[in-house]
Amino acid sequence: MPVPSLHVLILSALLFAIGIIGALMRRNLVVMFLCVELMLNAANLALIGFSRRLGQLDGQVVVFFVIVLAAAEAAVGLALVIALYRSRRTLDADQLNLMKY
Amino acid sequence: MNSLLLWIPLLPLLGFLLNGLFGRRLPKPLVHWIACGATGASFLLAAIVFQRFLNLPERLVQADYFRWIESGDFAASFGFLLDPLSMVMTLVVTGVGFLIHVYSIGYMWAEAGYYRFFAYMNLFMFAMLMLVLADNYLLLFLGWEGVGLCSYLLIGFYFHKPSAAAAGKKAFIVNRIGDFGFVVGLVLLFVTFRTLDFRTLFAQVAALPVEAHYGVLTAITLLFFVGATGKSAQIPLYVWLPDAMEGPTPVSALIHAATMVTAGVYMVVRSNPLYGRAPETLFWVGLIGALTAVFAATIGLFQRDIKRVLAYSTVSQLGYMFVALGVGAYATGIFHLMTHAFFKALLFLGSGSVILALHHEQDMQAMGGLRKYLPVTAATMWIGALAIAGVPPLAGFFSKDEILWHAFAGGARGHLVFFGLATLAAGLTAFYMFRLVFLTFHGRTRVPEEQRHHVHESPRPMTAVLVVLALLAAVGGFVGLPAWLGPNAFRDFLQPVFAQLPPVDGGAHAPHSLAQELAVTGAAVLVGLLGIAAAWVVFIRRGALPDDEKRLGAAHQLIFHKYYVDELYDRVIVRPLAWISEQWLWKIFDAGLVDGLVNGAGAMVRGLGDGARRVQNGLTRTYLGWVAVGAIGVGLYVLFLFG
Repeated sequence: MPVPSLHVLILSALLFAIGIIGALMRRNLVVMFLCVELMLNAANLALIGFSRRLGQLDGQVVVFFVIVLAAAEAAVGLALVIALYRSRRTLDADQLNLMKY
Repeated sequence: MNSLLLWIPLLPLLGFLLNGLFGRRLPKPLVHWIACGATGASFLLAAIVFQRFLNLPERLVQADYFRWIESGDFAASFGFLLDPLSMVMTLVVTGVGFLIHVYSIGYMWAEAGYYRFFAYMNLFMFAMLMLVLADNYLLLFLGWEGVGLCSYLLIGFYFHKPSAAAAGKKAFIVNRIGDFGFVVGLVLLFVTFRTLDFRTLFAQVAALPVEAHYGVLTAITLLFFVGATGKSAQIPLYVWLPDAMEGPTPVSALIHAATMVTAGVYMVVRSNPLYGRAPETLFWVGLIGALTAVFAATIGLFQRDIKRVLAYSTVSQLGYMFVALGVGAYATGIFHLMTHAFFKALLFLGSGSVILALHHEQDMQAMGGLRKYLPVTAATMWIGALAIAGVPPLAGFFSKDEILWHAFAGGARGHLVFFGLATLAAGLTAFYMFRLVFLTFHGRTRVPEEQRHHVHESPRPMTAVLVVLALLAAVGGFVGLPAWLGPNAFRDFLQPVFAQLPPVDGGAHAPHSLAQELAVTGAAVLVGLLGIAAAWVVFIRRGALPDDEKRLGAAHQLIFHKYYVDELYDRVIVRPLAWISEQWLWKIFDAGLVDGLVNGAGAMVRGLGDGARRVQNGLTRTYLGWVAVGAIGVGLYVLFLFG
């Protein structure tokens, strides 16, 4: 028995909400980064759900692009996190606030 | 013919460009060769043009070179109009100008800024020739302003001297006042007739009747005359001319005696179809001229500075010319302009020769007996003084006599008053001019002992010019003989210029007897001789000196201080203006309002930015929050719009 589209969307929305709340609440850059990944994958899930519902492959193709993009982002982002940690000895986002008025 | 004509003003302009741009690096002889060559060639061209002009069937050339300004129905061309009037002016300007250029070689040789002097002089020649050759009022105005600029530059030639710099500024500002009237007149003229071209305009004006009362022609001509009082130094704007003597003497001779200051006279004569239809204006022209003639002559009586005497004499003689215009004798005004150019240039250059010999001493108290040391200068100055005093048969006699006769016989309102004032001025002129001659060249010398052996005659180019001008001053009058002696060639030559004058009614040219004319001539000569005799009694028989004049007390004080007119202008006009400018225009309007608005706008933007930049707090999570809020906002918007 196929999973109803509504369930897929609810799951996607939940994942997205967890992601955005995590990104806003947590201060550790790595965790914020993970939360952003979570949001990306929530979007992927929604795309696949619609793709199946509408019987079209377009959504799934877009998901591939998003995965590639997420991989690239992970590479750059984690490299930045490591470089940042080496120079500042911390990953607390609230302490990395030199770029301001 | 057209291209020859164009080169007459263009050559001095070329000379100006050469000397102005490269003069500093050129050797001195080359500098004056360029300058004198340019004006000399210009004079030769003018002579050639004159010779061809005489042979033309109709003596009128209009040469349009290009469209200068076109906007809507306003159009001004760059073109020259050669008629007898501009021909005479061109010859006088280039001829006297060339002589004075040659004289300047000797006079200015030792001065710093030699090239600068000649560059300005050439620029002046260019502007003056534009003024007299222009075929429309706008081009005339270009020359008019150009000569004003050169006058300013040359008065302030010794700009390191504060008095010279101030005199230059004064000349420029006083002329601005007159020019304001002139410009308003030009605008009024254009609004009324939709053209500024002389021939088109005068053809239109020729159809108009004479204005009995104040009308638009009277308004235009009065405004023009305001400009003329500035440029030609008449009451109330004459104050700049005596101060202009701060410039080098050749400048005084060329610009402030022979040519530029006569621009106002020229302009009025050029506009004769307008003035001929505005008798009210003519009355004012004559009155101002007559008053100026007497007023300036009285100031000349007690001046001690040799050049200042001549300056007031110039103001007075210009007044004479305006008297001639005021009674409608335009040709006579131009005749006196020409003879005055000869003898006044001569007198100024002679005084320059004296000043140079005495190492820039200008006070006549320290002169005397110079005829032994400066024989040529003394002889030529005598001729010049006799000419200006109106002694026959020198040039001044013919022109002055003609003015007095026209004032006496003319039908214009107040002509007898003009005649009386002009005769009085003639007597005063003879007196102060011979006072100058006697104090300078006669009596015992008052030059300090140790300086006497330095005093010697000026170099050859200068004395040669003096002799040539003395010849002109002696015989220049014979071109305009009075009716009882022969045909007046000068007036006949100028006649076509006055073709558009309204026909005169009987009064002006009512037959007058020969006896009357001879009586006027006799009176004029007698007054002149009386003036000379009086000067002889006072300064030779009694041996009075300028210092002795102080015993005359209050009257001497009043006149020596030029009736305190400068002080009056300072109190009534200059200081209130300066006060308003400082207290209101500067401190309240400029510093308060204008600066306040500009600074206020700046401060407002700064304040806004100061508030807005607080958003940029550097916290990643805050930015992320705003992104979320934005995303939700966009989502809701889309939902409500399309949902």
